[in-house]
Amino acid sequence: MTREYTTTRDIVGPLLLVERVVDVTYGELVELEYPGGVRSLGNVLEVNGDVALVQAFAGTSGANPSETKVRFLGRALEIGVSRDMLGRVFDGLGRPRDGGPEIIPDERRTIYGEPINPTARDFPDDFIQTGVSAIDGLNPLVRGQKLPIFSGAGLPHNELAAQVARQAAVLARSAQADAVGEKLEGEFAVVFAAMGITFADADFFMTEFRNTAAIERAVLFLNLADDPAVERIATPRVALTAAEYLAYTCDMHVLVVLTDMTYYCEALREVSAARKEVPGRRGYPGYLYTDLATIYERAGRIKGAKGSITQVPILTMPDDDKTHPIPDLTGYITEGQIILDRSLNRSGVYPPIAVLPSLSRLKQKGIGAGKTREDHADLSNQLFGAYARGVQAKELAVILGEAALSDSDKAFVAFADAFEARFIQQGQHEDRSIERTLEIGWELMALLPRSELKRIKDAYVEKYLPREGDA
Amino acid sequence: MERGTILKVAGPLVVAVGLERAKMYDLVRVGEQGLMGEIIEMRGDRASIQVYEETEGLGPGMPVESTGAPLSVELGPGMLGAVYDGVQRPLDELERRAGAFLSRGISAPGLDRDKRWEFVPAVAVGARVSGGDIIGTVQENEVIEHRILVPPALAGEIVEFSAGAHTVTDTVAKLRDADGAVHDLTMMQVWPVRMPRPYARKVASGEPLVTGTRVIDTFFPLVKGGVACIPGPFGAGKTVTQHQVAKWSNAQVVIFIGCGERGNEMTDVLMEFPELTDPYSGQPLMKRTVLVANTSNMPVAAREASVYTGITMAEYFRDMGYEVVLQADSTSRWAEAMREISGRLEEMPGDEGFPAYLGTKLAAFYERAGAVECLGSVSVIGSVSPPGGDLSEPVVQNTLRVVKVFWALQDTLAYERHFPAIDWLTSYSLYLERLRPHWDAEVSERYRARRDECMAILQRESNLAEIVRLVGLEALSPEEQILMETAKSIREDFLQQNAFRDDDQFTSLAKQDRLLEMILLFHTTAIEAHRQGAPLRGIFSAPVREKIARAKYGTGDETDIFDEIASDIETQLVGEGGVNA
Ligand SMILES: Nc1ncnc2c1ncn2[C@@H]1O[C@H](COP(=O)(O)OP(=O)(O)OP(=O)(O)O)[C@@H](O)[C@H]1O
Repeated sequence: MTREYTTTRDIVGPLLLVERVVDVTYGELVELEYPGGVRSLGNVLEVNGDVALVQAFAGTSGANPSETKVRFLGRALEIGVSRDMLGRVFDGLGRPRDGGPEIIPDERRTIYGEPINPTARDFPDDFIQTGVSAIDGLNPLVRGQKLPIFSGAGLPHNELAAQVARQAAVLARSAQADAVGEKLEGEFAVVFAAMGITFADADFFMTEFRNTAAIERAVLFLNLADDPAVERIATPRVALTAAEYLAYTCDMHVLVVLTDMTYYCEALREVSAARKEVPGRRGYPGYLYTDLATIYERAGRIKGAKGSITQVPILTMPDDDKTHPIPDLTGYITEGQIILDRSLNRSGVYPPIAVLPSLSRLKQKGIGAGKTREDHADLSNQLFGAYARGVQAKELAVILGEAALSDSDKAFVAFADAFEARFIQQGQHEDRSIERTLEIGWELMALLPRSELKRIKDAYVEKYLPREGDA
Repeated sequence: MERGTILKVAGPLVVAVGLERAKMYDLVRVGEQGLMGEIIEMRGDRASIQVYEETEGLGPGMPVESTGAPLSVELGPGMLGAVYDGVQRPLDELERRAGAFLSRGISAPGLDRDKRWEFVPAVAVGARVSGGDIIGTVQENEVIEHRILVPPALAGEIVEFSAGAHTVTDTVAKLRDADGAVHDLTMMQVWPVRMPRPYARKVASGEPLVTGTRVIDTFFPLVKGGVACIPGPFGAGKTVTQHQVAKWSNAQVVIFIGCGERGNEMTDVLMEFPELTDPYSGQPLMKRTVLVANTSNMPVAAREASVYTGITMAEYFRDMGYEVVLQADSTSRWAEAMREISGRLEEMPGDEGFPAYLGTKLAAFYERAGAVECLGSVSVIGSVSPPGGDLSEPVVQNTLRVVKVFWALQDTLAYERHFPAIDWLTSYSLYLERLRPHWDAEVSERYRARRDECMAILQRESNLAEIVRLVGLEALSPEEQILMETAKSIREDFLQQNAFRDDDQFTSLAKQDRLLEMILLFHTTAIEAHRQGAPLRGIFSAPVREKIARAKYGTGDETDIFDEIASDIETQLVGEGGVNA
C-alpha cells in the first residue's frame, strides 16, 4: 500500500519533515523523488500525528518542499538474500554494483535483524588460526567473536584484515593435550562492508580477494567515500543480514569485515545533529553505544546451528586516541581489541600490533589442551608479563641509561627487543601455524632466567623450554 | 482496561491519547501485537510510554491498552536457575516458543503456571501472622528452601492450609484479617518493581562477604548487606571480578543483572554455572543463581527496568532470611538507558546529557541494599563503565556518593596482566572498622595489623618508585630496597590472582592471613639479616622466595607449607644460608 505525498514542509540536512500523512509507521521505508527525477530511499525516524520525519539515505541535495514526492512503502528496508550473493559486489543498500543482474532472492529480510536470545547462544570456543603470531599467540580470535582492529590513519589495518581474511582457518579439536589439531575444512565466507573508505582501499581488498580466489566466497557491500554518507547507516546492517542468511540458513562460517566504523559513526552524528538531539560526548548521540551494540552483537554462534558469524570491525581512532567515543564504546561492546601502534609501525614492525593494550576476551575457552596446546595460556601470560617488564625497563633505560639497569632488567630489555623482532614481526603473506608461534614463544623464554617464569606451570617449563644448546 | 490510541512514535518512546484514567508506571499493551510498555509521563491527555520491545512498524492511530497495574515481578518458587529478560520474561521459554531470535510480541509469565511444588505448612491453623511471616516452605531445589511469606500488607489468622503439591497460583492457605475478610494466599506474590519491599529495620552487619579474591577480602572488603562499585575502562576486569564474586562469595542467593552488556557473557554464565560447584553447598552454582539478562542489543527501555526487576527479586529472598548478593553489570548502561528515554521526553538535560535526576535514581537503587532485622541481607555490587575510563563523569561521581566500597580498576595494570586490576592506591572500603571484631575472632588478631602494614609498604613503594624513576634504584638505602622487593612480593604473590586457574581463584581468609604473614616475615627477617651483614643480593635470591610466590596456589588451606616457609626464611636469611654462613 503505497501512499505518495508532496507535502514536505522542512528540509534540514538529510532530513525531511512531511505533513498530512496517514498510516505511516516508525521505521517505514520511504522512496523520495526530487525535482529532476533524482531518487533516494529513506526511512521514518519519527512520526507524530500526521507529521513524519524522514531521513534520506542519498541526502537531500536537489530536494525542495513543494515538488518532492514522498512515497511510503508500507514495509521496512529489506534486502533479498540468496547463496548467489557470493562472488558479487553490491552498493551500501544491497543493490548490485558490479554490473551483474539482480539476484533472485531466496527470501527478503529486513536489515535490522532481531536480537539473539542469550539462552540460544553457544559460547564461542573454537580457535581460529589467523597465522599471525601476535594474534594467535597472545590475543587469539575464536569463531563467533567480535574482535575489532583499532587503528589510525596511515597504519596497515587493511593489510592485516586482508591477511586475516585470507588465512583464517579453524583447527580440529585434538585428543592430545600437547598436539594441535589439523585444519578443518568447511564452508567459509567473507562478508565485506565498506563504509566511507576510498576506492583505492576497497580496490586493495578486491584485488587481494581476487588473487587468492577468495572472491568466490566473498560478498562485498561498498559505500565508498563519494557515496551518500547517510546510506552508511544502513550498510553494516545490510551486510549482517546477508551474513546471517549465509551463517544460519546456508550453514557457513562467515567472517564479517566492517570498515571503517568511524565513518559510520560520523554519519550517525550528522543525522543526530540535524535532529537537534542532546549530544553525548564530542557531539555523538547518547545512544551511540546501543546503536553500535545492535551491529556488533549480531556476531556469534547459535546452539544447534552449523554456521557462525565472526566480526572484525576496523576503525581509525581520531588522533590515535583510544578514549575517543568511537573506540571507547566499541571496546565496551566487543570481545577485545587489536590495537595498532604508530611507533612500532615507524620502526618497521609488521603487523604493528601493540600487544599490551590489545586483548581477546574469549581466549580462555578457545585455547589450551585439545584446542591449541596445553601450555598456550601460561605461555601467553608469561610473554605478556615479560614483555611488559621489558618495555618498562626500556623506558627506564631511556632516562637513566642502560648502565643503571639491574642484570635482570637487562635480560628483559633483550627479551622485549627479540620479542618484537621475532614474535610480532612477520611477513604479510606469512601464514604461521600455531605450533610455530608457540615454538617462537618458548625460544624467547629461553632468554630469561628460569626463576622468572613464575606464571608457567613447572611441568610445562620442563617439557617445552628449549634446553641450552637446543635453540 | 482502558483503550487509547497512539499519537507519536519516536524510537522506544510512544505517546498515546485517551488513557485519562491510567496511572503513572502502569503497564500498557501497545499496538496490535500488544507490545509491553510502561507509562512514564502524563501531560494533559497525553501519556508517554516507554516500550520494552522494538517499536518498528508502530504508527499513529494504533491501539494502546492500559492494564491498570504497575510493572511488577512474580515472586515465588521457580526463580532459581532461571534466566529472565529485563521485564522478567523467561528467556528459555521464549526460545522454546519463538526460536533463537527474540521476536516481538511474545510473552510468557515469569513463573511456570503448570509446575507443582510440594508445599509444607510451617505454622498451625489458628496461628496469628502478619506481613513477612513464614507460613510454609517449598524445597525449591537441593540448595534453597523457598519460604512462603505472608504478603507485606496482610495480617490476621490462618484459618486453613492446603499442604501438598500445588501450582504457584493455587491457594495454599486462607487468612482472615481483623475485619473478618478471608484472603486466599498462594505461593506467588506479585510486587511492583519500582517500590522497595518493606522491612522492619535495617541493621549494620559486621560479617564479611567473603569472595575468595584476596585484594577484595583483605584490602577492600565488603560486608553482608554492603554496597560496592567497581568502575573501570573497558577490558580492565569488571565482569570477571563480578563473576568471581558470583561464583565464590559466601552468599546464599546470587542475582546477576546483565544490564546492556554482551550476549556472550550471559551465555558464559549459563553454560558455566550449571557445571561449577557451589563451594558452600556442593551443588551446581546455578541452583543459587537468578540471571536477569538484558543485553546491549535488546530493547533499551527493558534495560532501564532490569535493575528494578533484579533488586525486587533480591529483596524477596532477603525477606525469606537469605543473604543475597546482587550484581549489576553495568550501571552505566542503565544510566544511558535513562538518558535515552529522557532525551526522547525532551527533558532538560544535566551533565553530559544525563537527566537531572540521575543521582537520585542511583541513590535510591543502592539504598535498597542492606541487612535487615530477621537476618536477610542484600549486598549490591554495581559495575560502572566510564567513558574513556574518566572517573569524573556523572555516573561514577553520583555512585561514589552512595557506595561504601570502591574497587578502582586500572587499565595500566590490566595491560601488564596484573589481575585483578584493582588499584590498591585509590580503592577503598569504609567497612574495615565494622569488620574488626569478626576478623579478630574468626581469622586472627594479627590479620588487620598485617593488612595495614602491607598497605603502608605499598604506599611507600609508590613514593619510592618516583625516586627510582628519576635517579635509579641505587639511590635507595638498603632497607628501602628491601621494602621495594617486599612490595613487589605483595603485588605478585598476593594481589595478583588468576581467575581462570583452578588453584588460584579462591583463597580462604585464613590462608590470606598466612600469606601476608609469610611476606612480612620475610621482610622483617631480611631487614634484620641485612643489619647483621647479609648482602642484599643473597637475600633477594634466597630460594624460599619462590616458595612464597607459589604458596598462593592450591585449593585448600595447605597450612604445613607455611611452617616450612617460615623455617626456610630463618635458615636461608639468618641461618647457614645467610648471615651465619
Ligand atoms: N582476575 C583475572 N584473572 C585473569 N584474567 C583476568 C582477570 N580479570 C580480568 N581478566 C582478563 O581481562 C579481560 C577483560 O575482563 P572483563 O571482561 O571483566 O572486562 P570489563 O572491565 O568487564 O570490560 P567491559 O567493561 O568492556 O565489559 C578478561 O577477558 C580476562 O582476559
